[in-house]
Amino acid sequence: MIEVERLSKQYGRTVAVDDLSFTVKPGRVTGFLGPNGAGKSTTMRMMLDLDRPSAGRVLIDGRPYRTLTEPLRHVGALLESRSVHGGRRARHHLLWLAQTNRVPAARVGEVLELVGLADVGRKRVKGFSLGMTQRLGIAAAMLGDPPVLLLDEPVNGLDPEGIVWLRTMLKDLAAQGRTVFVSSHLMSEMALTAEHLVVIGRGRLLADTTVERFIAENSQSYVRIATPEPARLREVLAAEGIQVTDSGDGALAVHGVDPARVGELVAAHGVVVHEIAQRSASLEEAFVRMTGDAVEFGR
Amino acid sequence: MTAFLAVLRAEWTKARTVRSTWWSLVITAVVSLGLAVLLGVQLSASSSAMRTDLGPADVSFYPLILGQIALVALGVLMVGAEYTTGTIRASLAATPRRGVFLAAKALVATGIAAVASIVVAFGSFFAVQWAFGEDGASLGDPGVARAVLGACLYLTMMCVFAMGVATMLRSTALSLGILIPLLFLNSQGLASVPAVRSVTQYLPDQAGAGMMRVADDGTFLLGRLDFGPGVAFLVLLAWVAAALAGGYLLLRRRDA
Repeated sequence: MIEVERLSKQYGRTVAVDDLSFTVKPGRVTGFLGPNGAGKSTTMRMMLDLDRPSAGRVLIDGRPYRTLTEPLRHVGALLESRSVHGGRRARHHLLWLAQTNRVPAARVGEVLELVGLADVGRKRVKGFSLGMTQRLGIAAAMLGDPPVLLLDEPVNGLDPEGIVWLRTMLKDLAAQGRTVFVSSHLMSEMALTAEHLVVIGRGRLLADTTVERFIAENSQSYVRIATPEPARLREVLAAEGIQVTDSGDGALAVHGVDPARVGELVAAHGVVVHEIAQRSASLEEAFVRMTGDAVEFGR
Repeated sequence: MTAFLAVLRAEWTKARTVRSTWWSLVITAVVSLGLAVLLGVQLSASSSAMRTDLGPADVSFYPLILGQIALVALGVLMVGAEYTTGTIRASLAATPRRGVFLAAKALVATGIAAVASIVVAFGSFFAVQWAFGEDGASLGDPGVARAVLGACLYLTMMCVFAMGVATMLRSTALSLGILIPLLFLNSQGLASVPAVRSVTQYLPDQAGAGMMRVADDGTFLLGRLDFGPGVAFLVLLAWVAAALAGGYLLLRRRDA
């Protein structure tokens, strides 16, 4: 379990994280969502005690990170920015990490196998692709077999096969009862991987909810109608108490009714219509709308 | 204690698994020992009086002044590479206690540099004495063994001092840009101005020169100090302690 309590971080006069509080529970994948620059990486660095909070604190299973003995056995982390020496061989990178926390050296081979890098363990890291580097980072996170995993944008650089592999692995790890906290700026990816969402924008908490509820609350559907007589159609619908807006592409958007009802009304009043279609705003749009608001409020 | 030993072991693994460590050591040895042989052979062709004048043991410390650059670079790189590659974040996530991390790193640097220093200091000494033949000094002569050991200590301490400086500056280029001129500032002539010398004699390289010399009356080939080898050692120790303490305090305070 990770508890974030009133966490803030300021760089000079810039507020990167602003009074953030939430709890990441074990047994499920929690997505940490926000546009680039929302403060996700800063929050995760503060969770690992790499950056000092300006205020507030983070507890990992009830304790501050700095007081953990052998922290790799408690928390496995993949940070967004590269944190490997290119001149070092992959297995040597994992070996020194293992040694810091007295993890048996045999574990190095196991995690290399786990992430599919067993064949290149003896190669120097500078020859690795972005995807291979990400896999090495995930191997490092798994070294101490930790109950808590923090992964910052783990999907970056992975090929489609790698993304499916990672998604499956994260779900398995959560099913084993671990706390899995994954950041992403892609709503669509989180919708597939996570069960729970923590959404932030400009360092502030925007939502802390299940993916299901987030979708239900934020992905509105509407009926799009293209007509040469928009004014008349608006009158007809308004008379029925139905809400109408511009769809943004020259047509009308009708809310709160299904296409059948709209079709019947149109026929009854003899309005000329070129197209009637059911549309749903994507999750990505809902996310952009939500975080876009946050940008405005922040100013 | 076992926790500290684990980090120490990890830092040793880190040091030995990058090529720059081995290159630094090879360059230190080649430059020091190569120059020692060249210098010895050159001077053995000059008059016996000149060799005696220069001090046959003191001559063998000259090559180390150039050889130390690679050891200083090693100290800088062991920390600088953490920052240029981002490894520092993995290091501190694995060892959140900054003091333990820095102490382990400094101890590994000390160990590596000590072995290298003993090889090059004694190697350089024996190479020059071999070239000088019967004009050469022996370890049994007064002050000679102390001076050679002083050279070992000086080289080792400079590597650790460099590491402390790099921890404060977090940059390989900046650290080398400051350290290397500092090492040669005095020998380049600052020390010939008496008013400046009274201050600059406390700089690390001058203290070092005071440690690796046979006579303990304050004179040595490149200048003069107002203090003997014992005080010179304490002066350098203060520099090392200050650099490490500064590095530790900044490491604690700063975001990684």
